[in-house]
Amino acid sequence: MRLSDEENTMLAGEHGPARQWAIRHQIAVGEFFDAPDFVPVGQAHIMADTESLGEAGVAWLEGLAALPAPERRVRIPTITDPRGLDFASYKRLRQTQAMAAIEARAIAAFEALGVLMTNTCINYQTILPPVRGEHMAFGDTGVVIYCNSVMGARSNFEGGPSALAAGLTGRTPRYGYHLEQHRAGTMHFAVRHQPRDLADWGALGGIVGKAANSYWQVPVVSGLQGVPNSDALKHFGAALASFGSVALFHMPGVTAEATTLLDAFHGRAAPAAVPIGSQDFEDFYAAYAARGDKVDVVVFAAPQLSLFEMAQVAELLDGRRVNEATSLIVATSPEIKSAADRMGLTQRIEGAGGIVAAGVCFYQSYAREMAEANGWQRLLTNSAKLVNIIAGYGYKPTLAGMERCIDSAVAGRVL
Amino acid sequence: MPITLKCHKGIGPAVTGRALVAADNFSARYDLDRGKGVFSRSAHKLFGQSYVGQVLVLVTAKGGVASAWMLREMAARGMAPKAIVFDRTNTILAQGAAFAELTLVDRFEAGDPTKLIRTGDELEIEPDKGLVTILNRD
Repeated sequence: MRLSDEENTMLAGEHGPARQWAIRHQIAVGEFFDAPDFVPVGQAHIMADTESLGEAGVAWLEGLAALPAPERRVRIPTITDPRGLDFASYKRLRQTQAMAAIEARAIAAFEALGVLMTNTCINYQTILPPVRGEHMAFGDTGVVIYCNSVMGARSNFEGGPSALAAGLTGRTPRYGYHLEQHRAGTMHFAVRHQPRDLADWGALGGIVGKAANSYWQVPVVSGLQGVPNSDALKHFGAALASFGSVALFHMPGVTAEATTLLDAFHGRAAPAAVPIGSQDFEDFYAAYAARGDKVDVVVFAAPQLSLFEMAQVAELLDGRRVNEATSLIVATSPEIKSAADRMGLTQRIEGAGGIVAAGVCFYQSYAREMAEANGWQRLLTNSAKLVNIIAGYGYKPTLAGMERCIDSAVAGRVL
Repeated sequence: MPITLKCHKGIGPAVTGRALVAADNFSARYDLDRGKGVFSRSAHKLFGQSYVGQVLVLVTAKGGVASAWMLREMAARGMAPKAIVFDRTNTILAQGAAFAELTLVDRFEAGDPTKLIRTGDELEIEPDKGLVTILNRD
């Protein structure tokens, strides 16, 4: 890689050991992907829940945090993805003191590094959205795909260590979706059945993701009637990234870089479209069907809920009571939780027997240990991303729209 | 004469080890019980099998960004694979391998390595040279 004078001084250790580690790590990754040089980034976003970090990761962070302030502080706004635990609700979820203790250590270390603890995977809705062409070092696949596609920002999936490295150096290797030539559409899908709710948008993302199945594919989705809102694209993108490891999609007439189908393919003729019809949706749902089963836990998360989703959950629960044998969990960002508290939404959800957790996203929160401690197995959600992830943690997941999820939570079985 | 496969220059140290191969994908978060060291997602082709100390040969990396931390954490407990060989990785596993100092290679000249390497093969992986050698076959 071509290095600037400043990058060479970081590599030589003149900016301290944290920045030296960071740029070494970035060069190793950049050379693996044939990056020609570095590109400055506007923000870094770190996925670093304590379940993933483990003792080894937290101890490593504490080592950086013990350095003198000028050597350890990040150089650009650096924010965090959901945490492993919400101190206000963890006891109700039967998470342990040991989990809370390691979480507190990780937070203290990040704060010493100058990281802003936003604890959110919907920063594009709540913190500072990127603008078209802005280079970023974002973690959380759902954040990357939304910002790349809907907003036209430029980021790869940056894992926690790499995003922290970008925070420390203020740059990232120029490869993958930082480069124009990787951003052209590579596959074409034509939607013949319009999604009706957020679960359907997630299902559509899952269907396209399974077909794409590569970080390096850029699906183009045409045939949609009307313009989906931010929550719809949030669920679509999160599922597409989860099922397919996809980081960028185009929707002609909707997303930032594709006014037309021709734009989406960078001026080349679009390939023949793979149709997606009602049968594809039915098959997708059928893979998770469990009608009549007892439901142990209903989860609204992955991604965290917007204010409008919070209001919808509250509305659907009004005058009702979650079944005693079922838990209902809603995960949102600290900003939205604060708004929901102020507007009475939290009180309405918790008054009906639900739990509102802030700064977490369920699957990043010791899901296996929560299942064992609470006796959970059958999980119902309107998040396609969550049904894809959670089976590996020993759950039996089912996908349904928000209304059916809440009706089932009240009934205590999958309706 | 062992079979030598040319790939892109990789990450991590040169290692030798036994191959565990599947035409399937990989995510440390989605697919593994990291405590027990086995594949735990029932739909995975290696479900129930131990990955500890094996050279995993899989098609691609998928899923979330957590694997970037998890590889180092697994290595610290002595519960990591010896190396990972992909047809094509995503960015997360490459970053995670760099952080964990775990051996990882991809982009083979002869195509998808899950079709070239068999479970049980003894592999020598040289990331600096971009070479994977199947030691037990001619």
